[in-house]
Amino acid sequence: MHPAYSVIIFTTFSGAGYGLLFLMGLFAAGQWIEPDRWFGFTGFFLAFTMVISGLLSSTFHLGHPERAWRALSQWKSSWLSREGVLAVAGFVPFGLFAIGWVIYESHDGAWRLYAMLTVLFAALTVYATSMIYATLRTIRAWFNRHTVRVYLAFALWTGSIWFNMITQLFDLHTPGIGMIVVITGVLALWLKRKYWMFLDTSPSWVPPESATGLGDLGSVRLLDAPNTQENYVQQEMGFKVARKHAEKLRRWAFFSYFLVPWCLAVGTVEAEPWLKIPAAILAVISVMAGTMVERWLFFAEAKHTVNLYYGATDS
Amino acid sequence: MTRGYFDPIEEIDTSPTVSDEIKHTTCYMCACRCGIKVHMKDGGIRYIEGNRDHPVNKGVLCAKGSAGIMNHYSPARLTKPLKRVGERGKAEFKEIEWDEALELASEWLGDIRKTDPRKLAFFTGRDQSQALTGWWASQFGTPNHAAHGGFCSVNMAAGGIYTIGGSFWEFGEPDWDLTKYMLMFGVAEDHDSNPIKAGLSKLKNNGAKFVSLNPIRTGYSAIADEWIGIRPGTDGKFVLALIHELLKADKIDLDYIVRYTNLPWLVIQNPGEADDGLFVRGIDDEPLCWDTGTNQAADARLAGVSPALTGSFTTEDGRKAVPAFALMAERYLDKSYSPEAAEKETGVPARTMRRIAAEIADVAFEQQIEIDQPWTDWAGRKHDKMIGRPVSMHAMRGISAHSNGFHTCRAIHLLQILLGSIDCPGGFRYKPPFPKAAPPPLKPTGKPDQIAPNTPMAGPPLGFPAGPEDLLVEEDGTPRRIDHAFSWEAPIAAHGMMHMVITNAHNQDPYPVDLLFMYMANMSWNSSMNTAGTKEMLTAKDEETGEYRIPKIMYSDAYFSEMVAYADLVLPDTTYLERWDCVSLLDRPICSAESAADSIRQPVVEPDRDVRPFQSVLIDLGSRIGLPGLTNEDGSAKYPGGYPDYLVNHERAPGIGSLAGWRGEDGNSHGTGAPNKNQLDKYVENGCFWEHKLPPEQHYFKHANRDYLDYAASVGFIGSANQIIMQVYSEPLQKFRLAAQGHGAVQPPEEHRDRIKKYFDPMPIWYPPFEGEALDTNEYPMHALTQRPMAMYHSWGSQNAWLRQIHGTNPLYINRKTAEAHEIEDGDWVWVISHHNRVKAQAKLMEGVNGDTVWTWNAIGKQKGAWNLDPKAPEAKTGFLLNHVISELLPPKGDGFRYANSDPVTGQAAWYDLRVRIEKCSAEESAETAPQFPTLEPPKALPERPGILRYGRMYSRSAKRGDGQ
Amino acid sequence: MTQIPQNTTGTKLGLVIDLDICVGCHACAVNCKEWNTSGHSAPLPDTDPFGENADGVWFNRVHTFECGDGADSRTVHFPRSCLHCEQPACVEVCPTGASYKRAEDGIVLVNEDICIGCKLCSWACPYGAREYDGDAGVMKKCTLCIDRIYNENIAEEERVPACVSTCPANARHFGDLGDPSSDVSRMVEDRGGYDLMPELHYEPVNKYLPPRPKSTGYEEDRPRRLTPIEPTNEVEEAGGLFRWLDKVLTR
Repeated sequence: MHPAYSVIIFTTFSGAGYGLLFLMGLFAAGQWIEPDRWFGFTGFFLAFTMVISGLLSSTFHLGHPERAWRALSQWKSSWLSREGVLAVAGFVPFGLFAIGWVIYESHDGAWRLYAMLTVLFAALTVYATSMIYATLRTIRAWFNRHTVRVYLAFALWTGSIWFNMITQLFDLHTPGIGMIVVITGVLALWLKRKYWMFLDTSPSWVPPESATGLGDLGSVRLLDAPNTQENYVQQEMGFKVARKHAEKLRRWAFFSYFLVPWCLAVGTVEAEPWLKIPAAILAVISVMAGTMVERWLFFAEAKHTVNLYYGATDS
Repeated sequence: MTRGYFDPIEEIDTSPTVSDEIKHTTCYMCACRCGIKVHMKDGGIRYIEGNRDHPVNKGVLCAKGSAGIMNHYSPARLTKPLKRVGERGKAEFKEIEWDEALELASEWLGDIRKTDPRKLAFFTGRDQSQALTGWWASQFGTPNHAAHGGFCSVNMAAGGIYTIGGSFWEFGEPDWDLTKYMLMFGVAEDHDSNPIKAGLSKLKNNGAKFVSLNPIRTGYSAIADEWIGIRPGTDGKFVLALIHELLKADKIDLDYIVRYTNLPWLVIQNPGEADDGLFVRGIDDEPLCWDTGTNQAADARLAGVSPALTGSFTTEDGRKAVPAFALMAERYLDKSYSPEAAEKETGVPARTMRRIAAEIADVAFEQQIEIDQPWTDWAGRKHDKMIGRPVSMHAMRGISAHSNGFHTCRAIHLLQILLGSIDCPGGFRYKPPFPKAAPPPLKPTGKPDQIAPNTPMAGPPLGFPAGPEDLLVEEDGTPRRIDHAFSWEAPIAAHGMMHMVITNAHNQDPYPVDLLFMYMANMSWNSSMNTAGTKEMLTAKDEETGEYRIPKIMYSDAYFSEMVAYADLVLPDTTYLERWDCVSLLDRPICSAESAADSIRQPVVEPDRDVRPFQSVLIDLGSRIGLPGLTNEDGSAKYPGGYPDYLVNHERAPGIGSLAGWRGEDGNSHGTGAPNKNQLDKYVENGCFWEHKLPPEQHYFKHANRDYLDYAASVGFIGSANQIIMQVYSEPLQKFRLAAQGHGAVQPPEEHRDRIKKYFDPMPIWYPPFEGEALDTNEYPMHALTQRPMAMYHSWGSQNAWLRQIHGTNPLYINRKTAEAHEIEDGDWVWVISHHNRVKAQAKLMEGVNGDTVWTWNAIGKQKGAWNLDPKAPEAKTGFLLNHVISELLPPKGDGFRYANSDPVTGQAAWYDLRVRIEKCSAEESAETAPQFPTLEPPKALPERPGILRYGRMYSRSAKRGDGQ
Repeated sequence: MTQIPQNTTGTKLGLVIDLDICVGCHACAVNCKEWNTSGHSAPLPDTDPFGENADGVWFNRVHTFECGDGADSRTVHFPRSCLHCEQPACVEVCPTGASYKRAEDGIVLVNEDICIGCKLCSWACPYGAREYDGDAGVMKKCTLCIDRIYNENIAEEERVPACVSTCPANARHFGDLGDPSSDVSRMVEDRGGYDLMPELHYEPVNKYLPPRPKSTGYEEDRPRRLTPIEPTNEVEEAGGLFRWLDKVLTR
């Protein structure tokens, strides 16, 4: 699949934004964090910026962004529509939750309920996003149980690194937050590794023999494509990444989405503020960059069945 | 319109108006000439589809025809007459008005005609108006005229015409409905394309077996029941092996042979003498046979004689003679024609040849079909049924484009004849106006006494020589035509030798020409061999005078083709949708086996540029220079209305004109009759074609069918209603050979004698293609071929915005095993190296190609900038032209003389004789084809290439709503 | 309506493509382009049409495959267009309802007026049948010539999709695959018509007829070689023409 930057940016940032909202909601609901106004303001500002800019960026690849409002209508069947509905609807609890925290500096009573709803909507929205991919039978790399887990884990992991940074900035860091970072980081690493192992070992999905129905005549090879220059389907779905290149990128991704931010965040918990704050900021930069590489690979390594009609020998 | 948010409902107009008006005309996206319906809406072309009533395509339309709109609106269309201002080949032009262009052209033409008309070389490409252009050349007085047939398929045409008085494609077709077995030789996706597709479909659904011989398995061969990937140029060997098998088992139709062929005719056996190998003839020149009934010689044409087929006889004057059949049988029974002997050359296992022979014999003789249709034979005898041997054959370029193509074609016809499957139910069928006499009594014109200043020639430039006396040569044997057609180099060059014109004109051999006038022939690119050399010759200058070796070049084309750059004067033509045209019975008509037909084109849109249809321009020029046939006695133009005026009013012979339908003043005569001023209206009313359906009793055995022959003679297809006897043993060929043996008044120069002796065998022979024989085949072990893709036809379609998405570049297809032996993978760049040049191409591995053969699609590669394509277009960067490595001349003989790369009998360009080797390119070599030529700048008047095409937007829903999206 | 509708009539309009006689001429593809560029989905634009990367919207494309190796291999031409699936994921994933399947005849269409151009339907289609019009910003696809098949302004025999009407080899057939007695259903039955990628369960309506087995020429009931007529004495052998010596044949 062609790795479109708008979609990579969208999923990375909105994932981090929802992850951050999820953690803020979780900590508020559990009353494990002080409803500090400026902390709250900063957290919501960053989370909303990421979610909104992610959503906006996702409209960049639309042919008719001005018609995007129509995308809320098919929630009964379309995960994309559900994602849109959840994304829009989520702003009600998010907003109320933010009002409680920033204006009233409260996590009590109804505000606590909004925090819980924030947790729910953030998780559901990321889940809906992941289901868009996980339900596409055309792409073996996506149509599997790993896709949803990895999406959720990455939202949580990137969110936790952001959460870590803000708590460090406001000196509200707790061992609990440190634990969250440690656990979500390992979870993201573990699930992604499992995903990559699945990808590397999963048998061929649909062979060209089935795509053409000509298997009775022997192994099927494309002789001539219908067009000599690439068409839309080939440009959109025909992206190929060399195995070697992908392996290199996986290593890069491992370093920058996991190892660097994990070490920076975990290793500087007890450090002096002059060290741990820049380290937390660096961790954010690194995890976002690394996640974008991971997301790029998520597309680049995904093989669509349609390529069977354009020379691919497996899918 | 859409209603609803959660359950949106689209309201669809399922019955939109398709067109305001439907105009019928004839397609011109290839040479198939299908009938089309052009749907006009809001002043534009909405849709082009096949015409269901049309005899050629019966409603279907191919990819090319369906892309006609894009040819019509191409940004490569020329817009105004152009006069060269820079050096030739640079495409630097000044736009001029038509008046100036026509004055200049008529000055050039007039000067030549006043002095030596031969100095005009007038050659046309794939146009369909040869009835006009040939006649115009005669009127002008130059023998130097031909169309593209010499480099296309003259071997098929001549081989057939000299043998059975007809041939494939326009001349005949398989009996698609009834055939049970079809053999197809060397047919790619070209000629007669829609009828073949429709026919193969019928054939396969009827359960007939379809065998395709072709080194390459694409298109038709892909759906064949059996594909035989034969080595190029060896089909003749294969066919003669089948004949050997049939003769050995006596699986031949002797009744058919006796009735319809010249095999019973007696041939004089008098070695070394002037009559050796000629037919024994009676006092009225009639051929004789040995009548076993009376035991004496008799007129071989008589009904009721019982001719001997073997044995040796003595004529009244004491000469020894044997029936041609005996010579034929003796030759092909020889072991040298056995399947085993053919195995090595053809690469086909002997058992396959034996099996195919057995299969066709089985179908022909054990599965014969009978139609309860009474008919009358040439002698007036009634037959109550038509008996068919349902084996049919079809052959084309793969046979034709070899230096042994003429004989191979004759071998195929011999095979058909022995099976008795010509023009019988289930066999091969003639299309009117064929069959004609084999050969027709029409001679080429251009002898010294037939050429004079300001005087028309007495006949057409092209014809069918029946012996050395019909050649166009000087006393010393020097050619008289600029292309050397009808000379000892190519005596039966019935379609001329267009591929030699530029080389000979440049070499001033046999004389310099002053003006090269061409139409619709991309001679500086895909229509020439030796492309780079041709470009040099077109621009070469005389060292002393500084003038071009070819002083003037005039060219007419509708598009900015590569050839435009080499013209001194460009006459822009219209597209096929903007003109009147005629597909005439005098030229290459659209008949089927069961009907005589012709058709027209009518303009469906007016030109939006300052262009004129070539044929009208030619008529205008003819009037300006005073050609008698185009000028009234008072000097005024005879056809001021241009081509349509000519089509209606010109009579070639009394009552015979360009169009056969609705003749006579009242429009009720068909075939012949006085001109009818409303004739074109009648054609338009009838969908732009005329068709005379033959009654069922004329459907088969046309060569010997009394009713058909009478009809054909009455409408002028043939001179007399005599039986047309198939000439298996060709006396004209023997006459040439006798001349080479030193007999007769007209004899070849010494250096040509051996060649004539060898190749003018009166019966089919096979010999290896010339190029391979002249080279060390260890150095050039591979064959290289081109095929025309079904979705594109030469450069006619390569600028087409839709079709070029299908074929924007062409790879070099290589057999997978062969490629692996060369360590070549898909996408690798390779050199294709011939004795002449080398060209770089990108490899594509495939299974379905003969292991010793590489191939590519024809004419996809373009010169940068030509056809108003972006110089970065794939056609110029990765697409390539195999022509670069084909030489128009064979490697030099011992004495340095270089024959044309042609068939020695007909002069047919031997494109497919090409031998090459392939070498993988080094890693440093750029990923772009080579050779490259300078980028052509399109004339300024041509439109900018659009960045996006939105054809049809005017008909879109948003346009209808007016929101402009 | 993005949800798959209940088919109210049982009608399943679609195509049957005969791979045994398709010669790969691209007529269907180009004629489709020609009809549709001025039809229901007009226009089908072409970008950089005379340039380096020419690309256009086509509803039908013809691929060529080779099957098997060496002497046993076959070449098969393979036209590909929307299969009007009974379980069209392209419809289910559409967030706006622009992509829909008609209840009355099963044709899958895109309502261009409400398509937002998210391209997700093209991701969901395993067959590559969806063609994005980047110029108009909407997805387009085969309409089964919805503006021809019911069109009362054209002759009845022409009320078939353009690809079917133009196919020179008669390799394409149109009809109701929901009606077991229709010509197309019978053809599928007789010739073993099949679905593409059945394991994905999109349940295509269009069917492909497989290439027929090739005749190898070695069937039991067919002759493998001719029996030569043997000479009966040396004289005959020398001439080889003895067999025709005594034939009495009359012209």
